Amino acid sequence: MDYAIGHLNYWLIICVMMVGLYTLMSRGNLIKKVAGLNIFQTSVILFYVSLGKLQGGTAPIVSPEFVLYANPLPQVLMLTAIVVGVATTALGFALIVRIKEAYGSMDESEINRMDGTGT
Amino acid sequence: MQTTVLLVVLPLLFAPLTALCRNGKLAWALTLVLMLALSTLAIHLMRDVLFGAVIHYELGGWAPPWGIEYKIDSLNALVCVIVTSIGLLSVLFAKSSVEKEISEQVTALFYACLQLCVLGMLGIALTGDIFNLFVFLEISSLSSYALIAMGRNRKALTAALEYLILGTIGATFFLLGVGMLYAASGSLNMQDIARRFADFGSMHLVSTSLAFIVIGIALKAAIFPLHSWLPKAYSQAPSVISIFLAATATKVSIYVIIRCLYQVYPVDYWSSAVLPDLLTGLGCIAIVYGSARALTQTDIRNLLAYSSVAQIGYMILGIGLMNVHGLMASFLHLFNHAIMKAALFMAAGVFFYRANTTKLSELAGLGKEMPWTTAALIIAGLSLIGMPGTVGFVSKWYLLQSAFETGVWYAVIAVLAGSVLAILYVWKMVEALYFRPAFKVAIHHVPSGSSGISRTPAGMLVSIWLLVFSCIYFGIDTRLTTTSARTAVATLSSDIHIVSGSTP
Amino acid sequence: MNTPLLILLSVLVPLTGAGLVSQLQRLPNLRETITLLSAVVLFIINLLLYNTFPEMTSQRLVLAEPFENLPIAFRVEAYGLLFALVASGLWIVTSIYSIGYMRAHDELNQTRFYTLFAVAIACVMAIAYSDNLFTLFLFYEALTVTTYPLVTHAGTKQAKKQGRVYLVLLMGSSVAFLLPAIVLTYLQAGRLDFVAGGLLSGVLNAQWLAPLLLLYLLGIAKAGIMPLHHWLPSAMVAPTPVSALLHAVAVVKAGVFTILKVVVYVIGPDFIAGQGAHHWLVWLPMLTILVASLIAMTKDHLKERLAYSTISQLSYIVLGALAANSYGLQGASLHIAMHAFAKITLFFAAGAILVANHKTKVSELAGLGHAMPFTFAMFTIGSLSIIGLPVFGGMWSKWYLIAGAAAFDGPTFTQWAMLATLTVSSLLNIAYLLTIPVRAFFASPGIPSVHAKEAPLPCLIGMAVPAIFCIYLFFDPHWLLNLSQPTTANGLP
Repeated sequence: MDYAIGHLNYWLIICVMMVGLYTLMSRGNLIKKVAGLNIFQTSVILFYVSLGKLQGGTAPIVSPEFVLYANPLPQVLMLTAIVVGVATTALGFALIVRIKEAYGSMDESEINRMDGTGT
Repeated sequence: MQTTVLLVVLPLLFAPLTALCRNGKLAWALTLVLMLALSTLAIHLMRDVLFGAVIHYELGGWAPPWGIEYKIDSLNALVCVIVTSIGLLSVLFAKSSVEKEISEQVTALFYACLQLCVLGMLGIALTGDIFNLFVFLEISSLSSYALIAMGRNRKALTAALEYLILGTIGATFFLLGVGMLYAASGSLNMQDIARRFADFGSMHLVSTSLAFIVIGIALKAAIFPLHSWLPKAYSQAPSVISIFLAATATKVSIYVIIRCLYQVYPVDYWSSAVLPDLLTGLGCIAIVYGSARALTQTDIRNLLAYSSVAQIGYMILGIGLMNVHGLMASFLHLFNHAIMKAALFMAAGVFFYRANTTKLSELAGLGKEMPWTTAALIIAGLSLIGMPGTVGFVSKWYLLQSAFETGVWYAVIAVLAGSVLAILYVWKMVEALYFRPAFKVAIHHVPSGSSGISRTPAGMLVSIWLLVFSCIYFGIDTRLTTTSARTAVATLSSDIHIVSGSTP
Repeated sequence: MNTPLLILLSVLVPLTGAGLVSQLQRLPNLRETITLLSAVVLFIINLLLYNTFPEMTSQRLVLAEPFENLPIAFRVEAYGLLFALVASGLWIVTSIYSIGYMRAHDELNQTRFYTLFAVAIACVMAIAYSDNLFTLFLFYEALTVTTYPLVTHAGTKQAKKQGRVYLVLLMGSSVAFLLPAIVLTYLQAGRLDFVAGGLLSGVLNAQWLAPLLLLYLLGIAKAGIMPLHHWLPSAMVAPTPVSALLHAVAVVKAGVFTILKVVVYVIGPDFIAGQGAHHWLVWLPMLTILVASLIAMTKDHLKERLAYSTISQLSYIVLGALAANSYGLQGASLHIAMHAFAKITLFFAAGAILVANHKTKVSELAGLGHAMPFTFAMFTIGSLSIIGLPVFGGMWSKWYLIAGAAAFDGPTFTQWAMLATLTVSSLLNIAYLLTIPVRAFFASPGIPSVHAKEAPLPCLIGMAVPAIFCIYLFFDPHWLLNLSQPTTANGLP
């Protein structure tokens, strides 16, 4: 039990991740797919940020009043990852706009039918 | 050693400049200049490290493991040479092909994207920092999604989106793995992680991170059964992008796998587990499956894409066999396959340029009208089969040797079966091009039939024949390639024991 | 002239010829003159090489070294010289013959034909003079690729289909069996050089000898051993000069030549004999000899019948090699030359019949002998030489082969079976070869063919020369006997 509670943040992150993956796989609508992808990425960002968190730690600005600091590196890394995520989502949405123009649909199965690839 | 960082900085400077160009020709010229500079630099770098020297470069003067470090040995120098030289040749090839396939307004953006893609791949190869690697991975992936989406058919859009989704999942897996590794080790520098591995290697987190990293990169490298995006993406992309990506993208991912398996995680750590058998098994299945699927394709580019799936299998098999010759075969095949697949996709590009199609049934009889292109296709195809005297034979020779040495009989059988299947699918193309009566309608489809269109542009012919020539040259004079492969293997197997990296 | 230069020339001359020929689409006369000229020059070069033999055999020509200890290297050696002399000599004859044949038959793409033909000859020269198994393998594959367009020359649906069989069987078997055999040899010995007495002798674990030898036999499908023989009948869709020189002399002899080299210089006859690996492997060529002869009897198509006869004759050579004693080896290498002269005569005759009278089937030949007496006379000479009767060169090789079978040191039953095979197959030869001229001369034609005529002059010359050699070699086989013994200590390390 202690193990479960002690790792509560990880369990939550896994939940978010599964929600993302499930949306990604189950939805036929391409926008929802990309949204699912985004949630999936977010879970990893949460994972990194929670790595850096320290009970009672504070922002890493050196000051004589504090001894415990949170690790700043994961958060810095995640700034980059967020940028990457935004770029991916933007590109995905741009592609979907073009797909809508070309096919007149955003539904995966309809598009596949139009392309004549069975699955 | 500013050479190292220039490889990454130059495209970073050139890309925005190129994007600003109004004129497609100017953008092409800029890209050509950039590629020339990059390949010169890469070859220069290769010469420095060919005999085992290792160059360390600290970005911004921050000492590792705090700062980002670029570390160049024989292996990533080889990858840089592959990326830049194939880049150079595909840009040489690109001019007329892009004029035909990409609309004038976006030509400049197309070239800028291509430069970013090159930047990403070079960054992946050079960096010694595993998070930095992720960033470069995403730079190259994002630009390649955009490039693939520029294909003329609307299928290119769906192919790009599918690649985007799978690629992002792969990259996110990789990121997750890196996060776990960081949580365990507290470091992102590959060498640093490897050096202190004993301190934290027993944690469960580490083995989970290995799984995530390997699966994430396997998706990017299109290792069977995670290859489903590859045939679609390669067959729908603009010709130039098919050439460039087929020859480089998966190679870079394979490089990352090798780097992670040999220089982040110690060999003993994973070799006792199921991973080597898994790699060998998947490699064998990929060889047979990819070749068999290639045989059933009716479009040259699909056929070549499935053949790539099979060829990736050879590289994975070489890694999985875990001995010197196997690794050497993988390295050699990185280089050799890049040459021959680029030549083959170039031939397909020329067919598309002149006949507006890559369907085998519509290309019938073109062999007589385009003898030089078809001859190039045949020679590169023979190399794919593994005919002695071509590059394909060199890597196959080492791979077979390794399979015999390790006594993995099913690997021998898979390699040989793959070669026999390769004969069949290569000859499927040759027969279509030579022996069927010409499919006149397809040739008439060529707009206006003007002399400008009906003749293959010199740039295309030069680049394709340069590749074909090197296909044979490096099949006979293997000193350069085997030396670099041998040095790379030596570095990989000894590097774990090197105490600290010094600045040159 | 030094030997390495001559060897290099022997490969370059046909290549240069090919290059020139390919540019002479518009000038057929000049094109054929150049073909003929390069054939003559090549033959002279080979004669010069013969002059240096055996003193200069230690000189090597090394072109490159792609792998450790595996250079692309050439050297003069007895079997190679024999093979090169026969092939280049017959190239002259074939060139003369082709001129008549190709023109009379109005073949398309003659330039491509002459070009690829010359390239194929260059590959044959490289095979003949290769100094190690790796070089041999390289040009063995190159030969397959260059002859493929010649097989599919007609461009018809059937030609395409047969071409596929040709390519897939030849290349497939060499990739699937020969390549692993070579890799295994390399792993055992660390190199692939041809060594007198056998490279693997004493190196290889004896239990692996028979499997390895089997891999070689299956991998060298050019030797036409059953069950991988089917490419040869398929190749008969090619124009007759191709069938004659390439598929009765150059390509198939490259196959048996490779087997001979493997047995003598890679594995070593004494090693084989000492281990008894050949006791059951000899059954493979023995069955091929008999089965192919029986199939040949059922074939009505003349060239196909000759093809099966070739398959059966090739296995004589393999059998001689596998007998692994000096008589057998001598017989095998002699048979390379003897069979070449005889079989090319037969093929030329078949082609002449096709060109002059458009007949391809044995059943159509009744009575044709009166219209084409010369052609059928030559055909008879060729048949008799293959059967192995005295006054014809074929007798000598059969003589040594039978001696080899008699000296075979395996189980007595196998030994008797070998002798029986050789005898029975000679009888079968009579049945399926000699019946053809007999029918042509003595059977009365159903419908008298009014337009029947003799073939063009170049074709007749082409036929006569090898036929004369068939007889000449009976009286003067000494130079061949010299060349049919493996080069020993003074030649190779």
